[in-house]
Amino acid sequence: MTAALAERLADIVGPRWVRHRAAELRTFEADGLPTHAARPRLVVLPGSRGELIAVIRALHQAGAPWVARGAGTGLSGGALAESDSVLVVLTRLSRILSIDPLRHRAVVEPGVVNARLSEAALQFGLHYAPDPSSQSACTLGGNVAENAGGPHCLKYGVTTNHIVALEVLLPDGSLARLGSPQGEPWGPDLVGLFVGSEGMFGIALEISARLEPLPPAIRTLLADFPTVRAASEAVSAIIASGIVPAALEMMDQACIRAVEASIFAAGYPTDAGAILLVELDGQAAAVAAESADVEELLQRSGARSVRAASTPAERARLWQGRKKAFGAAGRIAPDLVVQDAVVPRSTLPDILDRIAAIGRDYDLIISNVFHAGDGNLHPNISYDSRNPALAERVKQASREIMAVCVEAGGSITGEHGVGADKLDYMPLIFDAESLSAMCAVRRVFDPEQRANPRKVVPVHYCKEWGPDGLPHRRTAAPPHSP
Amino acid sequence: MTSAIFMRLRHALGDAAVGSDREGRPRAIPDSTDAVAQLCGLAHEQGWRVRLEGRATWMPADAPADVALSTRALARVVEVAPADLVATCQAGVPLAELQRTLAERRVWLAIDPPGHPERSLGSVIATGTAGALRHGFGPVRDHILGGTIVTGDGRVIKAGGNVVKNVAGYDLTKLQVGGFGAFGVVTQVHLRLRAVPERRATLLARGERDALTRQARTLMEQQLSAVALELFSPALAAEAEWVLALELSGTAAGVEAEATRAAERSELSWSRLAPEHAATFWRTTSRGARAGAVTLRLGVFPDGLDEMIDLLAERLEVGLLSAGAGRGLLRWSGEAPVAAIRDLRRIAAEREIPLTLERAPWEIRQALGHFGAYREGVGVLVSKLRSTFDPNATFPVALEGEHD
Repeated sequence: MTAALAERLADIVGPRWVRHRAAELRTFEADGLPTHAARPRLVVLPGSRGELIAVIRALHQAGAPWVARGAGTGLSGGALAESDSVLVVLTRLSRILSIDPLRHRAVVEPGVVNARLSEAALQFGLHYAPDPSSQSACTLGGNVAENAGGPHCLKYGVTTNHIVALEVLLPDGSLARLGSPQGEPWGPDLVGLFVGSEGMFGIALEISARLEPLPPAIRTLLADFPTVRAASEAVSAIIASGIVPAALEMMDQACIRAVEASIFAAGYPTDAGAILLVELDGQAAAVAAESADVEELLQRSGARSVRAASTPAERARLWQGRKKAFGAAGRIAPDLVVQDAVVPRSTLPDILDRIAAIGRDYDLIISNVFHAGDGNLHPNISYDSRNPALAERVKQASREIMAVCVEAGGSITGEHGVGADKLDYMPLIFDAESLSAMCAVRRVFDPEQRANPRKVVPVHYCKEWGPDGLPHRRTAAPPHSP
Repeated sequence: MTSAIFMRLRHALGDAAVGSDREGRPRAIPDSTDAVAQLCGLAHEQGWRVRLEGRATWMPADAPADVALSTRALARVVEVAPADLVATCQAGVPLAELQRTLAERRVWLAIDPPGHPERSLGSVIATGTAGALRHGFGPVRDHILGGTIVTGDGRVIKAGGNVVKNVAGYDLTKLQVGGFGAFGVVTQVHLRLRAVPERRATLLARGERDALTRQARTLMEQQLSAVALELFSPALAAEAEWVLALELSGTAAGVEAEATRAAERSELSWSRLAPEHAATFWRTTSRGARAGAVTLRLGVFPDGLDEMIDLLAERLEVGLLSAGAGRGLLRWSGEAPVAAIRDLRRIAAEREIPLTLERAPWEIRQALGHFGAYREGVGVLVSKLRSTFDPNATFPVALEGEHD
């Protein structure tokens, strides 16, 4: 059965681009999330738009479930394919189809690497603003699926704010053109609905993105604080001031020390309780005025020192520490769970205290490096996955962290997606009716639910709905006879 | 039938929540999500058609229906959290009232849609109508973090959340923004707010239209940091000439520097409005859009504005027109027959420019639809989504219109 399917796919893409041996499949067993692994039934790597369409049509005919995957940098297990599913890898579809410097638009294939688009736009003084920490590897297709964020999304918005149109390939092999070049939805906002659908509605075959001009002036400030609480209060003060920094990032001491001990050392003060990285960009006069105001706010909130990066090299060094923090955490322990949650910004000081307490309760090393300006936390749990008891504690601590964030009025994920990892947390924030509505919407795009099965919404919430995808009727209480 | 509907509605919602419209048909005025859900559940079961009216200040309340649903009693600002820059409020809150409440806490909602100041927030969401500030703050969808939706069969769905960044689950909120109420009634929303800036300034330049659009493009190349850069037709600006309006916002130093740059880098003569005059200018242009019976929105790039305005002048009239001179989009209000709008929509579509009917009498909406024909593969998705959220077609909303 699998052999026949492999042969069929090989006819489309060539035998070299179908992987079926156990050793070959191992490469595709996991994404950026170390706690989950699954071996796909087959892996296929189409090399062109035509091949991809033919592959999806063949899978539709065979009734085979499949999972689309970009670079595999996702942190929620969203691109894991279990043994019944074919993994459709999109990295070969990596052409930038067009850049319109006048209208600030780019059209790309899904396998284009995030940073490559900005590099290509640089000659026109433009860039693609969303910048996940994995931007040197992650793909635009994956960014669309997960509605990826990044440090500079505080000012510029996340993926959904930068995608104007999509040509999508639906699981039945049909095509749909969503949105319009200018950005007006051309009907209900299906681009907005598709972005963040975690590969369960289909594949973004062509992505039309907005490009932003490079800011003429940039100023990066590094402030160090004696405590996390003081740094959190500085965050609140900046947000309340009305100034919107391009980025407002926090790192706690555990993270600072890991970075400083690594090859990514950025010159952060290792005795600080926490540091804030604040970046302001825009026109020179505005940046100068805003950074003076921010500097004052930082100092008033108890910063021990505030240092400004004055050269591009210095700025790059400060950012390197932040962007490579996850890599640096490898010095603490062999494995790292990068958690992702969002809380109302005013609750940051208390929530960070509670996360620290959870770490102590479970005897785990938790370091924090996160998008403080958005209230988007990334508590990182360092551990050794070879120790099952420890792995179990990591799982329990993660669940408790989520519960604390939800209790504060937050969300279980700000930018990594639900994937396989957070499936069980969905009922913490959505009731059964809302989850079943999500299932019904998914069935509009994928009636047979073959695209990325068993992700985002726990399956049992989908059973309340009829097989035709129509909702059950709510019956109002009958009125009494007069 | 009407008296039976009155009776059942009064029983379900209470006497106070049931009135009648101009034609003597029942009008439900629920004050809670549950009451809206009860109404929709009942309508679904009985096969009633429910017309969503909001506060009846934007879309004519003329869709054929058995019951009207007014959101004027859903008018509570539930919570304002200035430190988190978020607020939760019911969908029937008049926008002007919401802004006043927010201003007391030194925050604001960066949306300035055309229409009456008492226009409901829900109406702005349903029609996806953003004003000049979309230049700096994005379309309506960027301000809506989540909310509560009642479907056509009376189910209550929560979408999104109350935090500024969130990717948990599919983003069902997006379907509601600009969905014209075809996918349910939004009863409550979570909003993204902004802190009140230190300084705002409005500058106007007057002149020939093509000179203004050209200079606006020059300012964009210079990366002028503006929150609005909008072109107004003489009729809409109530002036003798075309007007380019520039709105700056931020720190005092930043705003002054940009005002200077605008003057230095363009060949326009700018006049700066005193704050009270600025408020009057924006209010006048917002309200002016309602003077015509029809409002259209065209998704056009800035470099295509002149051509599109010429086309409008040729096919309809210049009328009450505003356009995003920096980032595109054109809004037109006036009187227009069905055939002329249909022609215009066809020509626009050939240029990959969508034309959305933002406001029109029912006979025009019915004939043309808010969106008309979709691009490849979209129609079937929209129709399935509609039957998912409104299985009995309880809401009379003409998304596609009649086919030619």
